[in-house]
Amino acid sequence: MSNQPEKTAKKKSMPRAAMPEQAPEVRRRNFEEVPLGYTKEMAIQEASRCLQCKKPACVEGCPVSVDIPGFIKLIKEGDFTGSIRNLWTKNALPAVCGRVCPQEIQCEGQCILAKKGEPVAIGNLERFAADYERAHGTGVLPPKSEPTGKKVAVVGSGPSSLTVAGDLIVKGHAVTVLEAFHKPGGVLVYGIPEFRLPKEIVAQEINFLERLGAEVQCNAVVGRTVSIDELFEDGYDAVYLGVGAGLPRFLNVPGENLIGILSANEYLTRANLMKAYLFPKVDTPIPHGKNVVVLGAGNVAMDSARTAMRLGAESVKIVYRRSREEMPARTAEIHHAEEEGIEMFLLTAPTRFTGNDKGRLTGMECLQMELGEPDDSGRRRPVPKEGSEFHMDCDLAIIAVGSGANPLLTQSTPDLKLNQWGYIMADLETGKTSKKGVWAGGDIVTGAATVILAMGAGRKAADSMHDYLTWGW
Amino acid sequence: MFKIVKREEMSEGTVVLNEIEAPLIARKAKPGQFVIIKATEDGERIPLTMAETDPEKGTITIIYMVVGKSTALFKTLQVGDCYQDVIGPLGKPTHLEKVGTVVCVGGGTGVAVLHPITRALKEVGNRVICIIGARSKDLLILEDKMRDASHELHVCTDDGSYGHHGFVTDVLKEVLAKEEIKLAVAIGPVPMMKFVSLITKEKEVKTIVSLNPIMVDGTGMCGGCRVSIGGKNKFACVDGPEFDGHQVDYDELMQRLQAYCEDEKACHDGFCKIRS
Ligand SMILES: Cc1cc2nc3c(=O)[nH]c(=O)nc-3n(C[C@H](O)[C@H](O)[C@H](O)COP(=O)(O)OP(=O)(O)OC[C@H]3O[C@@H](n4cnc5c(N)ncnc54)[C@H](O)[C@@H]3O)c2cc1C
Ligand SMILES: Cc1cc2nc3c(=O)[nH]c(=O)nc-3n(C[C@H](O)[C@H](O)[C@H](O)COP(=O)(O)OP(=O)(O)OC[C@H]3O[C@@H](n4cnc5c(N)ncnc54)[C@H](O)[C@@H]3O)c2cc1C
Ligand code: SF4
Ligand code: FES
Repeated sequence: MSNQPEKTAKKKSMPRAAMPEQAPEVRRRNFEEVPLGYTKEMAIQEASRCLQCKKPACVEGCPVSVDIPGFIKLIKEGDFTGSIRNLWTKNALPAVCGRVCPQEIQCEGQCILAKKGEPVAIGNLERFAADYERAHGTGVLPPKSEPTGKKVAVVGSGPSSLTVAGDLIVKGHAVTVLEAFHKPGGVLVYGIPEFRLPKEIVAQEINFLERLGAEVQCNAVVGRTVSIDELFEDGYDAVYLGVGAGLPRFLNVPGENLIGILSANEYLTRANLMKAYLFPKVDTPIPHGKNVVVLGAGNVAMDSARTAMRLGAESVKIVYRRSREEMPARTAEIHHAEEEGIEMFLLTAPTRFTGNDKGRLTGMECLQMELGEPDDSGRRRPVPKEGSEFHMDCDLAIIAVGSGANPLLTQSTPDLKLNQWGYIMADLETGKTSKKGVWAGGDIVTGAATVILAMGAGRKAADSMHDYLTWGW
Repeated sequence: MFKIVKREEMSEGTVVLNEIEAPLIARKAKPGQFVIIKATEDGERIPLTMAETDPEKGTITIIYMVVGKSTALFKTLQVGDCYQDVIGPLGKPTHLEKVGTVVCVGGGTGVAVLHPITRALKEVGNRVICIIGARSKDLLILEDKMRDASHELHVCTDDGSYGHHGFVTDVLKEVLAKEEIKLAVAIGPVPMMKFVSLITKEKEVKTIVSLNPIMVDGTGMCGGCRVSIGGKNKFACVDGPEFDGHQVDYDELMQRLQAYCEDEKACHDGFCKIRS
C-alpha cells in the first residue's frame, strides 16, 4: 500500500493515448470515419491509466451506470471478450455510445484524473471493446428465456426503441419494431453522418436484434398505416413509443422559404439516409453550396457544417447567437469542425434572408449580439447590439436550431397525455404513459437529448413492461 | 416488397398506371391521401396520390406522369416486378360533405388525383360538374371514369383536337356564370390551380387545391414540403396536401419546385443514355 500515492502520480503523468485520426486536410473532403480506433496495444496502455477507484466518480457520471473500472480492467488484462460482456450488461450499444456520448460532461468529466490532467479515455476504450468484438467476436447470441406468448410492438427504431426491443426479446416476448422510414436506426441512420458513426455499425445492431428473433417492419407510419388502438386489436399486449423529436424548427425570419434554405433534418436525411452525397449514382439530389452557413451550434449544426464541407463547399460558417461557452455540441465535434476549416461566427443572429429573382438564396442580414442577463435556461440571454447590422453572402443555409415534438402519432391518439410542448407525458422511472399498455421514452418524452439518455429510458421502460406482461398494469 | 399486379400506359406512354399489392395501406386509405414510393435501394422517395384503392384485394393504384429519372425508372417496371418501399397512407383525407353543386377541375395527370375525390363527392350526395383538360386528345386521361364519377363532364384541349378548344378556366367561367356553385376543387399543374383560384375568388366560391411540393419523408420531419398558406408556413405532407386555394402562395411553390431542376436533368439524361 505504501507505494500507492507514487503509483497514482505516475499514472497521472502518463499521457492519454491519443486517438489516431484521418488528417483534417484529407477527411474534410471524404465521408469516411474520422477517428480510426485504438490498436490493442494503445487500448491496453490507456486502460492501465485507470486508477481502479473504490468509489468511481465516472460511474456516477454515466447515465446508465456502466461498470467503468470493471470493463477497463478487463481490457488491461487483455480479456476483450470479458470486457464487452461487462459493457453489455448496462449498455446495449457500446459501439455507438463510445463514439457519440458527450463523455466530457459525463463519465470522463467526473474521472478523478480529470482534476489534475487528462481523464481516462473512457469513450475510446468503450469503442475499442465493441469494435474488437465486431471484428473478432463469436457472434454467439445471449441466452433467451422461454417464449411467454406475449406480443410487444415497439414504435420507432432509434436507440431507445432498440434497447426496449433487445431487452424484451431476451425475456421471451415476441417483439415487432415498427419504423416509419424505409430503414431502421432512427437518428443513428438519418441524422448522425457516416464520418462520425458508420452506418454498418447500426446495421449490425439491427441484424443482431433480428437474429434474436425480433421482427423489424419498415415503412410503417404508426398513426397513419396503423393506429395504436389497432395494434392492440391486432393482438399486441404492450406498446412502446420511441418516436424521437422529429419536428424541425425554423427561425421564422423573412425569406426563409427561398431555395437553398433547408432544415438540418432535411439536409442530413438527404445526405445520410438517402446517401445523396453519391448523387447522381443514387437518385436523391442534395444542394451543393459554395458559401454555406449553418444556424445553430449543437451536434446537429456541427454535423451539417462538416457534411457541407465534405460536399465541396468553399467556406462553411457556423452562425450562433450566443458565445462559445454556450455551444451545446460535444467538445470533440467542435474541435473536429474547426480543424476542418469551419469558421465560427459567434454572437451573431440572422434577421432576414435575401434572394434573387429566381427565388434562390443569395445572402443573410445579421445582427451582432452581446450577452445580457441569464434567461430561463440559466444561460446569458443574447441581446442585439445597436447599429451592428451586417450582410453575409451565402448560397446555402442550414437551419439547426433544434427540434420539437412531431404531432403525427400523438394527434391520432387523443387519450395519450401530452405536456404543453406536445411531448408525451411518461413516468420517468417506468416510462408508463396515461394510456394503459403504452410506454414511451427517449426524445419524444424529454425533448431532443442524447443517445445514452434515450437508451436509459428504454431500459427502465423495458423492465416495467416486463413486469406488466408478467403481473399486470 | 410491393408487387405490381396491373400496368397500363396512357397518354401516348407519358402516363403510367400501376396497381400495387399493399394490403395495409389499402385497408386505411381515403380519397385525397398519397403514398411515397421508392423503387430500388438507391432510389428516390417519390410522392404519388392513390387514384384508387381496393381494400378487399389489398391493392392501391397510382397513375404517374413520366417526367424525370425516378418516374422513368418506374416506367421500366412490369407486372410481377416490385417496388422496394411503399409508405402510406399519408396526408389528410379530403373533407367530404354534401354542400350542393360542386365543380371539379382537373388538368394533366391531376385528373388521376381528382378522380377519387370527384367520385366521393358524388357519393355523399353532391351534384358534380367536372371540367378536365389536356394539351391534346391523345394526352387526355380517364375520360370515361370521370364521366361515371360526375353528373356533367366538360372536356377541353389546348389545341382543339377534342372537346372544347381552350383552357379549363374558360369553361369554368361559363359554369360559374350559369350555376350556383358551392365548392370548387382544382387539381393539376400549379399555374392551372393558380388561375382557377383567381377566378373562383372573384365569385367567392370556396376552392380546394392539392399541392405537390418536393417531399422527402412525408411525415412532417424535414420541412422540405413547406408551403405558404395565408402567409403561414404549413407542411404539405401532414397539414395537406389539400389547402384553401385562395390562401396559397403559388409563385413561391412554382419556384421551390425548381430547386433541383439542373441536378435532376443531369441525372435523367444520364439514365436515358444508359438505357438507349
Ligand atoms: C444530427 C444529429 C446529431 C446528434 N449527435 C448526437 C451525439 O453526438 N451524441 C448524442 O448523444 N446524441 C446526439 N444526437 C441526439 C440523439 O441522436 C437523440 O437524442 C436520440 O437518437 C434519440 O433517440 P430516440 O430513440 O428517442 O429517437 P430517434 O433516434 O429520433 O428515433 C425515432 C425513430 O422513430 C421513427 N418514427 C417517428 N415517428 C414514427 C411513427 N409515427 N411511426 C413509426 N416510426 C416513427 C423515426 O423515423 C425514427 O427512426 C444527435 C441528433 C441529431 C439529429
Ligand atoms: C402529395 C403529392 C402527390 C403527387 N401525386 C402525383 C400523381 O398522382 N401523379 C403524378 O404524376 N405526380 C404526382 N406528384 C408529383 C410527383 O411526385 C413528381 O412528378 C415526381 O416526384 C417526379 O420525380 P422524377 O424523379 O421522375 O422527376 P424529376 O426530374 O426528379 O423532377 C421533375 C419535377 O418533379 C418535382 N419533384 C422532384 N422530386 C420530387 C419529390 N421528391 N417530391 C415531389 N416532387 C418532386 C420537381 O418539381 C421536379 O422539378 C405528386 C406530388 C406530391 C407532393
Ligand atoms: S455510456 Fe457514455 S457516459 Fe457511460 S461510460 Fe460509456 S461513454 Fe461514458
Ligand atoms: S416531406 Fe418532410 S416534412 Fe413534409
